[in-house]
Amino acid sequence: MGEVGPSPRDLAIDVRGLEKRFGGVTAVNGVDLQVPKGMIYGFLGPNGSGKTTTLRMLCGLLKPDGGSGTRLRYDIHTEAREIKRRIGYMTQKFSFYEDLTVEENLNFVARVYNIPDRARTVGRIMEDLDLACRRNQKAGQLSGGWKQRVALAACLSHDPALLLLDEPTAGVDPEARRSFWNIIHRLASQGITVLVTTHYMDEVERCHRITYLAGGRVVTSGTPREVSDRSGLVAFAVSGAGLDDLRQTLGREKAIRGVSALGAQIVVTGRDREAMERALAHVNAGHLSWEQIPPSFEDVFVELIHQATESQGKGAWT
Amino acid sequence: MDLARRFRFSWSAFVAMVVKEFVQMRRDRVTLAMMLGIPLLQLLLFGFAINTNPKQLPTAVVAGDQGPLTRGVMTALQNTGYFRVTVLTSSSRYADRLLERGRVQFVVTIPVDFERRLAAGSRPAMLIEADATDPTAINNALAAAAQPRNWVLDDVLSGPLAARLGEPPGFEVVIHRRYNPEVITQYNIVPGLIGVILTQTMVIITSIAVTRERERGTLETLLVMPIGPLAVMMGKIFPYIFVGYFQLAIIVAAAHFIFGVPVFGSLALLSVVTIVFIASNLAIGFIFSTVAKSQLEAVQMTFFFFLPSILLSGFMFPFRGMPEWAQVIGSALPLTHYLRVVRGILLKGFGAPEVAPHLGPMFVILLVIVIAALVRYRETLD
Repeated sequence: MGEVGPSPRDLAIDVRGLEKRFGGVTAVNGVDLQVPKGMIYGFLGPNGSGKTTTLRMLCGLLKPDGGSGTRLRYDIHTEAREIKRRIGYMTQKFSFYEDLTVEENLNFVARVYNIPDRARTVGRIMEDLDLACRRNQKAGQLSGGWKQRVALAACLSHDPALLLLDEPTAGVDPEARRSFWNIIHRLASQGITVLVTTHYMDEVERCHRITYLAGGRVVTSGTPREVSDRSGLVAFAVSGAGLDDLRQTLGREKAIRGVSALGAQIVVTGRDREAMERALAHVNAGHLSWEQIPPSFEDVFVELIHQATESQGKGAWT
Repeated sequence: MDLARRFRFSWSAFVAMVVKEFVQMRRDRVTLAMMLGIPLLQLLLFGFAINTNPKQLPTAVVAGDQGPLTRGVMTALQNTGYFRVTVLTSSSRYADRLLERGRVQFVVTIPVDFERRLAAGSRPAMLIEADATDPTAINNALAAAAQPRNWVLDDVLSGPLAARLGEPPGFEVVIHRRYNPEVITQYNIVPGLIGVILTQTMVIITSIAVTRERERGTLETLLVMPIGPLAVMMGKIFPYIFVGYFQLAIIVAAAHFIFGVPVFGSLALLSVVTIVFIASNLAIGFIFSTVAKSQLEAVQMTFFFFLPSILLSGFMFPFRGMPEWAQVIGSALPLTHYLRVVRGILLKGFGAPEVAPHLGPMFVILLVIVIAALVRYRETLD
């Protein structure tokens, strides 16, 4: 499908060349980000790749050192105050009051935003997120999954048009994660734009589009499928005896770019299918079997980082 | 057996602990600053600023004329080193007002018929009234004034009077200790404690308040919400004004009913002034909290404020005994002004006109602190 850029009116976030330096370190280095309205947009990348810093610039917590653009058509440099009323930001670490109950926390937030008919709004949000049964529990006593729900609920009382969620499901059990994502999808269907960061690869597929960040730069953007296809990665699941030694041997083969463990099997990845099979045949002493599998997003992203560093390295030399 | 196990000692584990502690100590700048800075500050203040034997105390002389005898008395007073005559007046009412307002420490009255009676040999009396709210400030001065050998006036007097001025002098010195005639130290300390306790608790309370938000990560939430610095600061300060009032009520009640401190002035007036004082201290705590990275750091920083407050405000040691630089620092502390108001209201029955001149500086200090606090508060995480 052709890349027909959405018109700026339809973009919830439209920033170009975003930059942020801390001392001598450039945390975000020329990030472009276009997020259409109503979309669930995944923001991925290793630790320290600049995801949180970008999010903080978007919600006005940090001043960008370079770049331009808008979110919800508010300028990123000059309208840090205006954006606050239209945006919901969920921090990586639970950042509400642990010594207040769920309801007290939500009431506090609703008061700050000066929400009319506060009791009804807070009540509705608690119903929507199944928090009503926990309303009188102290936030600090809740488990990780429930805390994240409270944090999300606190972002919603002022009807934000854009949600920025920083690793909302980190350290949360699978069931709670699943229901959290169901809520995110429900919000998106109501027209809220969601920018969400995550390290969980299974969550990548829950996003409409993703951007992968490494070293403060955008490595790739697109739908999850596009990103996966673009990497050109081929994966084989190898089983047999003596896999531990094999890992080392295979790692030295040129055609094989990645080797990782998958239960009793190992997964080898590369870009040239035939060369990989030759390499496997080469090390095979008759006790190995392999089959091609779709590469996981983890493999794809590791490959993308390698490609990015290689091309950067080349660029530096030429 | 169990005890023996507790006494087991591993040398390498001990060294590991010591090395780690040193590394952490070096990293923790504020603790280090406190360990080195507080002793230094104490050394400086106790060594150079504090003087329990204040001299050159401002004195008003009330005399009917400015004749040689009056001048002689003034010289004799100044020669003791304890008195510095700042006012010479013929109005005892005026001098009285100066004493009440704390502008002078002493009023020395030479009666109109003093000279005549001295000549007649009828041992006239000279009156020295002292502001005795702070007994330690005046003890040495009064002792010096009571010494007959300090009253050698022969340099200035000649003729028939000279004969009367030998030793012992032909007159008496009557001393009145005003506002605290029984020289009860508690009268000075206990009202002062109101200010000290409020300083201590209020500054610590708010210094922890914002730091706690930062430490627990809730500051990020606050910053991303539409809540400005003024609303945050006022919101943090307001509830504790009530706490301050509660403390005020307890201490005043204890002062009166347990220590028998008199309450001559209006408690309503005291309450009004106290708002300004409490708010100042809360705002100072707020400034600390915008600088400190953790609650512990914030508490440590308050020591740097608390120590000068106690030592340079006139709470523990006479304000007039300090060198000028220390008095300048002292005048910048809200406690210094509040102490004068509290003592004035309780012991001297200050009304609004007497309180007003002290309230002015307090307002200025409050304004400066609030502006500094607002400037310090960052609306971004930068």
